[in-house]
Amino acid sequence: MTQTPEMHFIPRENYLNQGKTLVSWLFTHDHKRIALLYLISITFFFLIGSIAAVLMRIELTNPHGEFFTSTTYNKLFTLHGVIMVWFFLIPSIPNVLGNFLLPIMIGARDMAFPRLNLLSWYVFMFGGLFALASIILGGVDTGWTFYTPYSSTYSNGWVIAMAVGIFINGFSSIFTGLNFIVTVHKLRAPGMTWFRLPLFVWTLYSTSLIFVLATPVLAITLTLVALERGFGVGIFDPRIGGDPLLFQHLFWFYSHPAVYIMILPAMGVISELIAAFSRKPIFGYDFIVYASLGIAFLGFLVWGHHMFVSGQSIYAGMIFSLLSFFVAVPSAIKVFNWTATLYKGHISFEAPLLYALSFIALFTIGGMTGLMLASLAVDVHVTQTYFIVAHFHYIMVGGAVMAYLGGIHYWFPKISGRMYPENLARWAAVILFVGFNLAFFPQFILGYMGMPRRYHVYPEEFQFLNIVSTCGLPLLGLGYFLPLCYLGWSALFGRIAGPNPWDAPGLEWQIPSPPPSENFPCIPVVTRRPYDYGTNPDTHEPEETEEESHAR
Amino acid sequence: MNLPLLPYESSSYAASVDAIFLSLLLLCGAITLAVFVVIIFFCIRYRRGSSADRTHYPSHGEQVGIEFTWIIIPFVIFIGLFIWAGNVYYEMFSPPTDGLAIYVIGKQWMWKIEHPGGQREINQLHIPVNRNIVLTLTSQDVIHDFDVPAFRIKHDVLPGRYVRMWFKATQTGTYHLFCGQYCGDFHSRMAGSIIVMSDLDYAAWLQGSGTQSAPESLVAEGSRYFHSLGCSGCHEGSLVVHAPSLNGLYQQPVPLQSGQIVVANDDYLRDSILQPSKNVPAGYQPIMPSFQGLLSEEQIIALIAYIKSQRNDLPPNSRDQP
Amino acid sequence: MPAEAGAELPNFPFKDAGHQRESALFGMWIFLATEVLFFGGMFMAYIVYRYLHGQAFQEAGAHQEWYLGFLNTAVLLTSGFTMALAVDFARQGQRNWLLVLFGVTWLLGAAFLGIEGYEYYDKFVQHLVPGTGFRFTGSDPSASEMFFVLYFTMTGLHMFHMFVGLMLILLFGGWSWVSPSFLLKPNRFEVLGLYWAFVDIVWVFLYPLFYLVHPR
Repeated sequence: MTQTPEMHFIPRENYLNQGKTLVSWLFTHDHKRIALLYLISITFFFLIGSIAAVLMRIELTNPHGEFFTSTTYNKLFTLHGVIMVWFFLIPSIPNVLGNFLLPIMIGARDMAFPRLNLLSWYVFMFGGLFALASIILGGVDTGWTFYTPYSSTYSNGWVIAMAVGIFINGFSSIFTGLNFIVTVHKLRAPGMTWFRLPLFVWTLYSTSLIFVLATPVLAITLTLVALERGFGVGIFDPRIGGDPLLFQHLFWFYSHPAVYIMILPAMGVISELIAAFSRKPIFGYDFIVYASLGIAFLGFLVWGHHMFVSGQSIYAGMIFSLLSFFVAVPSAIKVFNWTATLYKGHISFEAPLLYALSFIALFTIGGMTGLMLASLAVDVHVTQTYFIVAHFHYIMVGGAVMAYLGGIHYWFPKISGRMYPENLARWAAVILFVGFNLAFFPQFILGYMGMPRRYHVYPEEFQFLNIVSTCGLPLLGLGYFLPLCYLGWSALFGRIAGPNPWDAPGLEWQIPSPPPSENFPCIPVVTRRPYDYGTNPDTHEPEETEEESHAR
Repeated sequence: MNLPLLPYESSSYAASVDAIFLSLLLLCGAITLAVFVVIIFFCIRYRRGSSADRTHYPSHGEQVGIEFTWIIIPFVIFIGLFIWAGNVYYEMFSPPTDGLAIYVIGKQWMWKIEHPGGQREINQLHIPVNRNIVLTLTSQDVIHDFDVPAFRIKHDVLPGRYVRMWFKATQTGTYHLFCGQYCGDFHSRMAGSIIVMSDLDYAAWLQGSGTQSAPESLVAEGSRYFHSLGCSGCHEGSLVVHAPSLNGLYQQPVPLQSGQIVVANDDYLRDSILQPSKNVPAGYQPIMPSFQGLLSEEQIIALIAYIKSQRNDLPPNSRDQP
Repeated sequence: MPAEAGAELPNFPFKDAGHQRESALFGMWIFLATEVLFFGGMFMAYIVYRYLHGQAFQEAGAHQEWYLGFLNTAVLLTSGFTMALAVDFARQGQRNWLLVLFGVTWLLGAAFLGIEGYEYYDKFVQHLVPGTGFRFTGSDPSASEMFFVLYFTMTGLHMFHMFVGLMLILLFGGWSWVSPSFLLKPNRFEVLGLYWAFVDIVWVFLYPLFYLVHPR
C-alpha cells in the first residue's frame, strides 16, 4: 500500500532525538549515530584536502611556480593525498553509509561490537589529530607514498608525526572491518541467507576482508620508516645494505588493495541505486557477488604494477601485468551487469540515478585507462605522469565520490526523515559531472604529452591544458557546495519523506524514517530475494500476490 | 611519425608504444562509447511510464550465457593486449650489447652525465642519432627517474645500485629530460635536454666539449685511479698478494667462497670495491681493503669503466673504448 | 547462562550467551589475523635480507646466546600452559585458582622480559645495537647490522605485545580479585587467552630465525 504524503510524519521517538545531549552523541553505541559522527569528521577532512587541491591548481596555472615555494607546493600535494586517501575516501562509504545501513540491511539491531564501533571513531579522530598536528607544525613533503630513502633519511618534514597519524587511522579501519565481518557472519536475521544479502552488504564484506588483511602491512611499513628516521637504523637504507625497493613492495602490498577498499563499497552503492531506479532486480546478482569477492582477492596480487620502472625484475613486471588484466575482468562484469539491469526496467531520473550514471560513465573511462596502465609498454611512458593522476581521479572522484553522493542522496530520507529538493539536486549532479570532466580529462593528454606528476614548475607548452584543468574547479566546487547547503537545510526543513519514498523493497525501507534506535520493533524473518519488486525473477512479469491467487 | 598532441616519436620503439596506446584508445573508446550509447538508449526507451515492451525477459539460462560472453571475450582480448605490450616492454628493457655506454649519476637536483671519452655534462645529454645508447645510472642520494617522454622511456635511478636503460634516437633534435620520481624540493627543476645530433655533429661536439685540450677518457681516468689508489699493486701480477686478475672479468660468472656463482656485472664490481668481503671469490681470502666512503660515484664509475675495458681479446692500444 | 557483556545496552545484538561467545571469539581470531599480517611484513623483510646476505646473517647469529633464547622459549611455552589453565578456571568460576594461575603466568612473562632485557643490555655492551655505535667485524658488517636491526625490531615489537599482555593480566586479575562478579562474564578471559597464545606462537617463529642461525 503506498502512503499518501499527508500521512507521513517524523516518528516521535527515533535515533536522532532519543538522547539530545552532546554526551549522548559522544558516548553512543548506536551505529546510526556513529555513522553521523563519521559524516561530520570526513566532511571536515574533505574540506581540508580540497583547500590543498585548490591552492595547487591555482599555482599550476602558471608554469613558473610564482605563488608558492617548491617546498610549500610539495607539502600541499602530500597533504592533499594523505588527507583525501586516509581521512576521506577510505572511511567515506564504509563508515558513513556502511555503519548506518549494514545492521538494518541484514535485519539486526546493531553491529556485533557496538562499543568497538564507537572506539573506531575515536581512534580515527586521534589519528586525524596527529595528521593535523603534522600539517600545522610545518607539513610533510614526501608525497602520500613516502618513498624511501627520501622519507626516511632526507626529508625535512614532520614525517614521523604523519606516519603515526596514519598508523592510528589504520586501526580505525581494522576495527571497522572486524566489526563488519563478524556482524555479517553472526547477526543476519532469520531467513537472511548469504545469497539474499543486498549487494551493498556483499561489497562491504569484501571490503572488510581487505581492511583486516591489508591495513596491518601498512602499519608495519610506516613503523619501519619511523624507526629508520627516528633511530637511524636502516632497513631501507642502501648505505647499510637495505633496499629501498623493499619499502615499495611493502607499501604497495597495502596500497593497491586500499584502492579496492575505496571502490568496492562504491560499486555496492551503485548496484543498489541502479536496481532501485530501474525498479527491477539487479542483473546477474550471483555474478556480481563473485566479482566483488574476486576483486578483493585478486587485488592482493597486483601491487607490482605500481613498480614497472622501479628496477624490479622484468619477469615480475610481466606477472603483475598479467594479473592486473585479470583483475579488470570482474569490474567489467559489474559495468555490463549494471547496464543490463536498465534493460526493460522502469527508469526514473532522480538525483541518485544521475550520480549512478555518472559513476558508470566515469568509472568506465577510468577503468579503461587502467587497462592502458596494465599494458607494460604503455605504462613505462605514462607512469609518474599526469596520466596516472587523471586515471586515479576518474576512479576515486568520478567513481567513489559520485557513488558516495548518490548514496547520501538516496538514503538521505532514511537518515533524516526528510527529502532534499530534487531539481536542485539534479542540477548539482550535472554541474559536478561537467566540472569533473573539465578538470581531469585534460590531464590524460598532459600525461601522454609527458608532463610528470608532482611538478611545481613545468615547460610552457603544458600551460594551456593546465589552465583548462583549473577552470573545472569552480564547477567542481559548486557541485560539492550545493549538496552541503541543501542537504543541511533539508535535514531541518525538508519535506517529510515517510518510510519509503522510493517504493523500494530493501529491509531499510520497511522501517520508519528516521529509524528508531533499535531499528526493528521485532527482528524480521526474511523470505524474499533481494530487489524483489514483486516480479518473477526469470520473466520479470509481475507475480500475483497471495490475495490475487486466493481470489482466483 | 609525429601525431598531434603526442610528443615526437623519436626513438626506435616509440612508434610501437604509440601503436599499442592508439589501439587501446580505439578499443576502449569503442567499448566506452558502446556502453554509453546503450545506457542512453535504455534510459530513454525504458523510462518510467514509457510503453516499451517489457515482457519476454531473457531466461536464467540466457542470462548466464550473456554473462559468460562478456567475461570470455574481454578476457581473451586482455590476454592479447598483455602479450603485445609485454613483448614491446621486453624489447624496451633489454639493452643491446653493442651500445654506446654512457654513465649517469642523479643527485638532488641535477643529472651528471659522463661520456666514455671523458666529456662531462650537467642536465644535458648529447648523443648521435641512429645509434644504440646504453645508459648505466645510479643515484647519489634518493630515488630519481631518468624520463625522456619523446623516447617513451623512463627508469627509476636507485642509490647503491646500477640500473641500465637503452634507446636509439631516430630523429635529430632537442627533447625534454625530466626527473620522473619525486625526489624533494626541486624535483620539478631537475630537468634538462637530450640533444640528438648527426654523426658528424656529434663527433665535432666530442672534440669541442671540455675546456682542456682533450678530455681524459673514462677508461684513462679509471686507469689513473686504479694505479694511484693501489689496486694494481695487488691485482696486476703481485708476487706477494694473491688477488684475482681482472682481465676479461666483466660479465663472466664468478664462483664465490660461499658456493654461489654470480655474474661480474656493474653491481658486482661496485660491491667488490666498496664491500670487498661481501662476495669473496672462491679460493681467495677476504683481505682486500674497503673503499667505502673514499670514492665518489664518478670515481667508481671510472674504475668500473677501466675494469670493463680489460678484455683479453683486444690488443692493448684499443682498450680505451670500453 | 545469561548473555553477558553489554546485555544492558538497548540494542543488544545477540540471541544468547553462546551466540555472543561465538561472535567474540570470531572477532578475536580476525584480530589475530591482522596481527599475523602486521608481523608478516617484517618476516618478509627478514626472508629477503637473509636470502641476500646469508653469510653475514650467520656471522651475526653467532653472537646470539642460544641458551638464553631456549630458556625464554621454555618460559613462554610454560606460561602458555598456565594461561590456558587460568582461562579454564575462569570459565568454571573458580576465582582462587584463576588468580594463582594468572600470577604464575604473569611471573613467567615477566621473567621472559627480564631475560630478554638482559640480552638487550648485553648486546648494547658489545656494541651490537644498530644506531648506537654499532661495531662489527665480519665479511659484510652492514648486512650483519641488518640482522640486528631486524632482531631488535621484531623482538622489540614482540616485547611490546608481551607487555600489553602482562598489563591485561594485571587488569583482569586485579579486577577479579576486587569484584568477584567480574567472572560472570568469562568471554574476556578466553579472548585474553587467545591473545597470549598468539604472542607465544610469534616467539616460536622468532626463536629459530634469530637464535638458530649459526650452524654449530
